[in-house]
Amino acid sequence: MSNIISEYEDKLPIKIIEEIKNNLPKGISDAKLKKVMEAIHEEYRTAKVHPGESVGMIAAESIGEPGTQMTLNTFHFAGVAEMNVTLGLPRIIEILDGRKELENPMMEIYLKKPYASGKKIEELRHLALQIRETRLRDISTEFSINIADFTIEVKLDKDKMKEIDLTNGKVMDAILKQLKGYNIKDNKDSLMLKARTKEDVFNDAYKTKEKIKNITVKGIKGISQVLPVKREDEFVIITAGSNLADVLQLEEIDAYRTTTNNIFEIEQVLGIEAARQSIINEIFKVIESQGLNVDVRHIMLVADTMCVSGTLKGITRYGVVSEKSSVLARASFETPIKHIINAALVGEVDNLNSVVENVMVNQPVPIGTGLPSLAVKSPQKAKEK
Amino acid sequence: MKKQKFKVDKHILTPKHSKLGEREKAQLLEKYQVTSKELPKILKTDSAIKELDAKLWDVIKITRKSPTAGESIFYRVVSDV
Repeated sequence: MSNIISEYEDKLPIKIIEEIKNNLPKGISDAKLKKVMEAIHEEYRTAKVHPGESVGMIAAESIGEPGTQMTLNTFHFAGVAEMNVTLGLPRIIEILDGRKELENPMMEIYLKKPYASGKKIEELRHLALQIRETRLRDISTEFSINIADFTIEVKLDKDKMKEIDLTNGKVMDAILKQLKGYNIKDNKDSLMLKARTKEDVFNDAYKTKEKIKNITVKGIKGISQVLPVKREDEFVIITAGSNLADVLQLEEIDAYRTTTNNIFEIEQVLGIEAARQSIINEIFKVIESQGLNVDVRHIMLVADTMCVSGTLKGITRYGVVSEKSSVLARASFETPIKHIINAALVGEVDNLNSVVENVMVNQPVPIGTGLPSLAVKSPQKAKEK
Repeated sequence: MKKQKFKVDKHILTPKHSKLGEREKAQLLEKYQVTSKELPKILKTDSAIKELDAKLWDVIKITRKSPTAGESIFYRVVSDV
């Protein structure tokens, strides 16, 4: 019995084969099974998309029509800290355009056992605070410059430092790492910075003062807010701001489930295939949250298009459209004059291989029944063989 | 905080990547009647294939988990641009 099914393993998708295996009546005869398999295979073959079907058009309609019903707002995340979430149409546009700077970058950090169960809520809170980026200005009360000898004094807020486990030494290390050419003296309640070079002028000291305010003394750069929440039966940390590469290095987190909504970061850290999967997930999440219903296959097609070239390309004139080989097709999308002039300058040739350019010159388009063409073996060539 | 070593291929978003041998590659190109230039591309520097030691024009087989088919197979050719 099993070898009849395994015969179809490369003809049918795994999911269908699993379904067949689970639903077969007990003790079915080989002859009957063979008939069943043949019928299923035939059914599957007819259900496939036909060659020449304009799938992109169908995908565009299927995503675009429900898209008209999506909200245009940015919502606030319910919780203690106020966090914004981009949803609806703006988010879809953001993903499809392949934007590098997101309106609201976010991460979902999954945790390892002792933290995820939420039994030690205090430790979880502590961990969250460790992840959040703390800048020097968050833990200090005053920055001042002594004009006489151009030293910068940073008064520290000891209570805040205690809360996140910071000592003067750690703060000094962090500053020294990111600031060259300065000596630091520890005065317990404050830090004194002095330039090593003698000819320090007031301007330099002032610039440095502004610069050190933004030095990261603890946590992960880019994570501006943290929020532990319960999801199903485990705790996750949701963050505003995203830095996948650094967060994945942390020992306390479950790195293999942690994700971000910044697809460019995913491409860089996890590769183009992960980026494709992430595009599908993100778009599907938005569509689902709006109570709409779009088949994943359409979204998969869009994601595939954005990722074929090996790097992430948005659906814009700088992205996938610029990859088109036909001048007329590029010109028909946006900025037509620019494309036509450039093509004229370099003497580009348009072979009229695709849809738009054929519509423009009033010819049948290579779609559906317009796709196949007649091929004749020339009698001479056949003889030569 | 201590650091852990992160393996890209274990992440839930990354599907399985494997390198095709010369013979499998020829069979694939023959089956679909394409040249390796026409396949979708993957950068040589892509973090998912760092440990595969892939060279230019190698074909990478990607076994994706698919919500519609259960599992689907995709091929990408290693490119440098």
